[in-house]
Amino acid sequence: MHNAMHHSDLRIIELSEVTAKVKSMILSANYNLGEDIKAKLNDAIKTEESETGINILNQLLENAQIAANKKMPICQDTGIAVFFLEIGEDIHFHNDLAIEKMQPLQSGIEQAINEGVRQGYTDGYLRKSIVKDPFDRVNTGDNTPAVIHYNIVPGRQLKIYFSPKGIGSENMSRIYMLKPSEGMEGVKRVVLETIEAAGPNPCPPIIVGVGVGGSFEKAAILAKKSLLRPINQTSEDEAIARLERDILNAANDLGIGPQGFGGRTTALSVNILTYPTHIAGLPVAVNMSCHATRHAEIVI
Amino acid sequence: MIRIQTPLTKEIVEQLKCGDQVLLTGTLYTSRDAGHKRMIEQIKNNQPLPFPIQESILYYVGPAPAREGEVIGSAGPTTSYRMDEFTPTLLELGLTGMIGKGNRNQDVVDSMIKNKAIYFGAVGGAAALLANCIKKSEVIAYEDLGPEALRKLYVEDFPVTVVIDSKGDNLYKIAKEKYVRK
Repeated sequence: MHNAMHHSDLRIIELSEVTAKVKSMILSANYNLGEDIKAKLNDAIKTEESETGINILNQLLENAQIAANKKMPICQDTGIAVFFLEIGEDIHFHNDLAIEKMQPLQSGIEQAINEGVRQGYTDGYLRKSIVKDPFDRVNTGDNTPAVIHYNIVPGRQLKIYFSPKGIGSENMSRIYMLKPSEGMEGVKRVVLETIEAAGPNPCPPIIVGVGVGGSFEKAAILAKKSLLRPINQTSEDEAIARLERDILNAANDLGIGPQGFGGRTTALSVNILTYPTHIAGLPVAVNMSCHATRHAEIVI
Repeated sequence: MIRIQTPLTKEIVEQLKCGDQVLLTGTLYTSRDAGHKRMIEQIKNNQPLPFPIQESILYYVGPAPAREGEVIGSAGPTTSYRMDEFTPTLLELGLTGMIGKGNRNQDVVDSMIKNKAIYFGAVGGAAALLANCIKKSEVIAYEDLGPEALRKLYVEDFPVTVVIDSKGDNLYKIAKEKYVRK
């Protein structure tokens, strides 16, 4: 009786709907460069002093146009499929998936997402970049499995954020465990150190995701999550927004420039997210990303 | 802008300077992480390589799949340093050009000077634009590696920049020094 009452309060979401929406967001994120990024590239063309740099920024905009018109991925590295889910606690997922072999040890929602990845990457002519085992390195052939972060939130809505993350920039990412006394200056120092060490490797102009606080892994997840924020926005915290601007200006003084061929446009944005942390710690994660910081979000 | 037709002979290599903008026309071979590992194993086992390496150019790329009627999918460069450990062996066998993006280690640069070779940079992230310059694409070996298979490409006016030349001069270093604000 008690159970039945609770059940009637739940919102039912069919997993096939999740799969269909995941597939469509995979296609749109890979073919279409964000308007916020295009606007920043256009701004950078006006301030860039290097002729080669201007030429490269124009090529990136032209590339975005070709990709959108021909439904081709902006970058051939269509990434490891990263998802952030915000699952309303009053949702029940109903499994109506027609997957041949359901995995008994995977939840329905996990399989629904991975089925969307499988269909999106296969039908959308996207590159399959995932190997089943980090040592054997045999390609899974359909870009699964995805990396999925689950959060339970109040309410009856399902929000899905998707980001196909290229590994060229991902490989240049770093994590630091600073002393609390190092503060914002310390954060600035290690972010700039990471950008300088990466040099031309992550395809500058870059977008830098920074997670500060929490624990070792929380900082890394925050850094990744910060890359979902449109780059025409800043942190809502004024002091953090100042730190973002400060690091961005310093990064653009490094001289690396577009593709590392020299210039003023090394980074387009620095996005910082923070979280409460331990009295003895100041974890800082720096997640590097290229101009093709692709993301999409949907609400069901 | 300098126009070059493959094969990339030592004579052409010696004329190129870091910073030169080049349009390449002719044959490129594609290889990256797993393909390099396999080539080096074949060399160790005294087996022939699946492509003619002398005066050839390797393009570090794993293209996206081609749509119906298209030659290839998006095909921009991957980061080159992961191929560094394999590269001197290939340069010793007569490879004269590499296309990628990002830094190379000193062993690669030393071997490039010794064997006379060029490291070109293509624009990372301009993958759909670069695919337009690829007119033919054919998998010639390692098909099981999927996007990492060894392909023979025919390109026309494929835009690259000389990053490291056969004297070891490096555009990344020179350009950064020019624009850094201390």
